[in-house]
Amino acid sequence: MLCNECGKNKATVHVTKIINGQKTETHLCEECAKKYSTFNPSFSMESFFAGLLNDAFGTDMLEGIGCNSCGMTYDEFTHLGKFGCSECYDSFKNRLMPVIKNIQGYDTHTGKVPKKTGGKIKIKRDIENLRHELKSAVEKEEYENAAKLRDKIREMEKEL
Amino acid sequence: MLKWLDNSGKERDIVISSRIRLARNLKNYKFPTKLKKEEAQKILEDVKNSMINGKSNVTEDYTFFKMKDIPVIERNVLIEKHLISPALTEKTETGGVILSNDEKVSILINEEDHVRIQKLGSGLCLDKCWESSSNIDDVLEQNLNYAFDERIGYITSCPTNIGTGMRASVMMHLPALSLTNQAEKILLAASQLGVAVRGVYGEGTKSMGNLYQISNQGTLGLSEEKIIDKINKITMQIVEKERSIRESLMTNQKIALEDKVLRSYGILNSAKVISTQEAMKLISNVKLGIELGIIEGINSNELDILITEIQPYSIQYITREELAQKARDIKRAEIIKNKLSNK
Repeated sequence: MLCNECGKNKATVHVTKIINGQKTETHLCEECAKKYSTFNPSFSMESFFAGLLNDAFGTDMLEGIGCNSCGMTYDEFTHLGKFGCSECYDSFKNRLMPVIKNIQGYDTHTGKVPKKTGGKIKIKRDIENLRHELKSAVEKEEYENAAKLRDKIREMEKEL
Repeated sequence: MLKWLDNSGKERDIVISSRIRLARNLKNYKFPTKLKKEEAQKILEDVKNSMINGKSNVTEDYTFFKMKDIPVIERNVLIEKHLISPALTEKTETGGVILSNDEKVSILINEEDHVRIQKLGSGLCLDKCWESSSNIDDVLEQNLNYAFDERIGYITSCPTNIGTGMRASVMMHLPALSLTNQAEKILLAASQLGVAVRGVYGEGTKSMGNLYQISNQGTLGLSEEKIIDKINKITMQIVEKERSIRESLMTNQKIALEDKVLRSYGILNSAKVISTQEAMKLISNVKLGIELGIIEGINSNELDILITEIQPYSIQYITREELAQKARDIKRAEIIKNKLSNK
């Protein structure tokens, strides 16, 4: 079998990735395999992640680009596997999101929202919950309760 | 010694403990990799004050420690008791921890993230641990401003924790699966379902005493409840497999199994020198024997506590003096014998 990457040499490195049940197979020659830092034998989640970033964009493209807020460079991130501040996510956003989706399997948070800094998402979800309550109140013919819920929803919608 | 391990919780014959960890960071502060010392001190104070002086509906009482104020042996004992992480003990100048007096809750400050809330419980009890750690999270948030993004959730220093910031883990004792060489296979299968498998003392540690820890790999996309539900289901699959192999061993290889268990018990009862690894292996066999009724009169929960008590730093904590490895191996044999003869 020939290498998937260069199509010239014999493939000696075979990689199977299973991410959320989706199986992908890659066959590479030794030369091309070297380019992929994910084959680093000392495995850790951080270096794995950093390695993926490397694969996706190539190091030279990102070299010298730093975070606007903390100044962390891409090189530093690949070395540490950790960011310097929450702004880093914004600074590297375009490059980062596809990789996050790749490693996490998803790209949108659906869990808990903090009360203070959750922003409007908390209100939106609360309204949604109240709508459900309203619906079941109407079904149970609890009209007094339903009216209260309707007013509450209207009140909350003003905050959006 | 392990106050939080009280033999309660579900599937206690196989599941030793459950743990929920929530990673949180504060808005307007750089992450620990870029944090200045003075800022780190400010975070220590802020987190301490929000927990200890907060309008708390959480009933436990809490104590705050700076890492630098905890002596080296005690610091490592906290690791062996699973209350703090090795990474936190490296933060001698900036790290801190808030411990609940019942030792079920620890809040790690300035480790990889500004705040990590951890709740431990006996047996399979992830739901309860989540509820309680989420309450503590709410208490802290009254006084702290968390870094949060509508799209990617709680912002963490490493992208492998974003979203919920939650790691739900379960520690299991799987002697029958290990004995029949099926543990690796099952755990490999589990890892393909988005579950990480580790040894007892965290990432990169190998399994000792047939103890395995499984936890969620992904933190983004699913809600906390759904992640927990998934871990619960996978845990139950493994628990049932382990139980059925235990039963079949008892039916088909009773004498061999009894021999293994009783020999292990014999060595633990008479050894003069023993390493951590050998002791954990033999205790695992004895635990299996207790659960299958081969040995009676010993409490399996006490043996789980014993495993912590015979770790290198815990031994030195008990003896109140620094001991070299050889001396520890002698002391370890003594501690084990005492424990077994007091039953």
